[in-house]
Amino acid sequence: MADYTDTELMITRAAQELQNDDTTLVGVGIPNLACNLAKQTHAPDLEMVYESGTVDSNPSKLPLSIGDPVLATDAQSIVPMIQGFGYYLQAGRIDVGFLGGAQIDRYGNINSTVIGDYDDPKVRLPGSGGACEIASNTHRTIIITPHTKRRFPEEVDFVTSPGYIDGETTREELGLRGGPDAVITDKAVMRFDDDGEMYLDSVHPGVTEKAVQEATGWNLQFGSDVVETEPPGDEEIDLIRNELDPDGVYTQ
Amino acid sequence: MNTFSGVSRRAGLPGSYRLHRDNRQRSLPLLVGTPEAAKAGSAPEIYCTRKDTVIYGARRRPANSTNGVGSMTKVTDMTGAVSSAIEDGQSVYLGGFTHLIPFAAGHEIIRQGYSDLTLARATPDLIYDQMIAAGCASSVTFSWAGNPGVGSLRAFRRAVEDGVPTELAIDEYSHFGLVSRLAAGAQDLPFLPLRTFVGSDYPEHNDNIQFVENPFGDTPGEIPVVPPLTPDVAVVRAQRADTEGSAQLWGIVGEMIEAAFAADTVILSVEELVDTEVIRSDPNRTLIPQTVVDYVVEEPYGSHPSYAQGYYDRDNEAYLAWDRQTETHESTEEWLEEWVYGVDDRTEYLEKLEVEQFLDLQPQTNYGTPIDMGEY
Repeated sequence: MADYTDTELMITRAAQELQNDDTTLVGVGIPNLACNLAKQTHAPDLEMVYESGTVDSNPSKLPLSIGDPVLATDAQSIVPMIQGFGYYLQAGRIDVGFLGGAQIDRYGNINSTVIGDYDDPKVRLPGSGGACEIASNTHRTIIITPHTKRRFPEEVDFVTSPGYIDGETTREELGLRGGPDAVITDKAVMRFDDDGEMYLDSVHPGVTEKAVQEATGWNLQFGSDVVETEPPGDEEIDLIRNELDPDGVYTQ
Repeated sequence: MNTFSGVSRRAGLPGSYRLHRDNRQRSLPLLVGTPEAAKAGSAPEIYCTRKDTVIYGARRRPANSTNGVGSMTKVTDMTGAVSSAIEDGQSVYLGGFTHLIPFAAGHEIIRQGYSDLTLARATPDLIYDQMIAAGCASSVTFSWAGNPGVGSLRAFRRAVEDGVPTELAIDEYSHFGLVSRLAAGAQDLPFLPLRTFVGSDYPEHNDNIQFVENPFGDTPGEIPVVPPLTPDVAVVRAQRADTEGSAQLWGIVGEMIEAAFAADTVILSVEELVDTEVIRSDPNRTLIPQTVVDYVVEEPYGSHPSYAQGYYDRDNEAYLAWDRQTETHESTEEWLEEWVYGVDDRTEYLEKLEVEQFLDLQPQTNYGTPIDMGEY
């Protein structure tokens, strides 16, 4: 088994969520590495769309932002944001979206806007960007975040990106497409039950179920068969370290 | 022969992969090309050579050789464009999503001491961080306020969290929410509907997000709408335009077209001015037409440390350095003192940069295949 870091495990685990025929809206950092890893392994036809309007990007090196010129050169198409968000995302042409955030609650609602009161914030975060529409209009979202009690509170301070709301109101009633499919952290992978509540699906090698619960701000449901997360293989680690992020920008 | 004059002009400089024309007033300090290209320039001053690349300055071009600019010209310099177009208290939109950000225009606004501006931009980026730190803004309309790929915008946060150096009101959307506001403004619509904000807390905190009943059915029964955003002034950049302001841009277009059509007054800044025949040879690429443009400024490297596709890369070191530089309001002011107040214009700013930086930012040539418009 290869030696790997928590970040490398999150990248490889996220890559496994992607299918060959998916179109995905990619963010920089771990999602970008996960998508490129999937493309170089089991999903060569994966189509990567970025918020900046680049469609089917084919970056020659690691992009440093979602508007990096390497995403434009050799893309299939580049569209204005109004079209990227309108014709592609809003119209349902994006299968998978990646989201992160400062806080995530048990129903997969995400806060990336503000810690504390909106009008008198303790910490002002960057805000939605495209996250709110990605959460609303993709067919499924994958949430990637470090696992701490602070990040997994009972209730988020602000809903930037809707998940399964309160577990009672359905997304369908609200006209929302899709919803959170998986939460991948440095400790575990969680999924959502029929009521939209998060449950523990797998724990990473060396992590106990107790440790996951202690890093979660509510009584986390455990799936009927919690398994161990599949660790990265040698080929994946080699690709991440030598091709996708050789300078260790996101993996060190 | 009916060729692209812009291309043939470049082709006349053997091996040159980038040659910026000097601007009207003074020689621009930095042209990048091969030694042959440098030699072909008018008595260039060589600054630096590395491998087969030379950075050099060209002689001032005679004032009467600027593309036949007449007395009614829109062409001016950034100092004149900013002072003519903008007044204190107005709303200003500096366009460009990561790409082609008008940094030179932002610095000029700071230098001219504007205050009480409403600054609108999807991504405030470093440029609004600098303008906020300089005290230009009383309000910011935005959708993602971070340092892209790096972290947070410290000056923006100081203003929002602590009121330093001034209190800052915020008017916040998602990207699509903000871009939809511009699109409504560009089309003179009272509002536009969008499938965003349902189930989020934004409508609770922003009266500009309302819900209207769907008059045509019940899927959905009601839908969020946002009102038009019509900035007093937009500043947009492009790779090239003619002197009338018909601009061609490529790479990431972002929200620049909507911003230009939504604003009352538009300052267009370009990497290079080209002949009208160049523009008309490829009309599909003219995304911002002269109809909406009021001022035209030729300002090579006017987007540094952001980038211009095919011209120069983002100066990522500058984005990382900004994070450290802005740890306190005082250290941020020191930067403004040196890089904004301490220079007269973009030319002086560029002269302060390390030559090696420019070489590192040069992309390899990668031309698109010309299309055939046909002659009919």
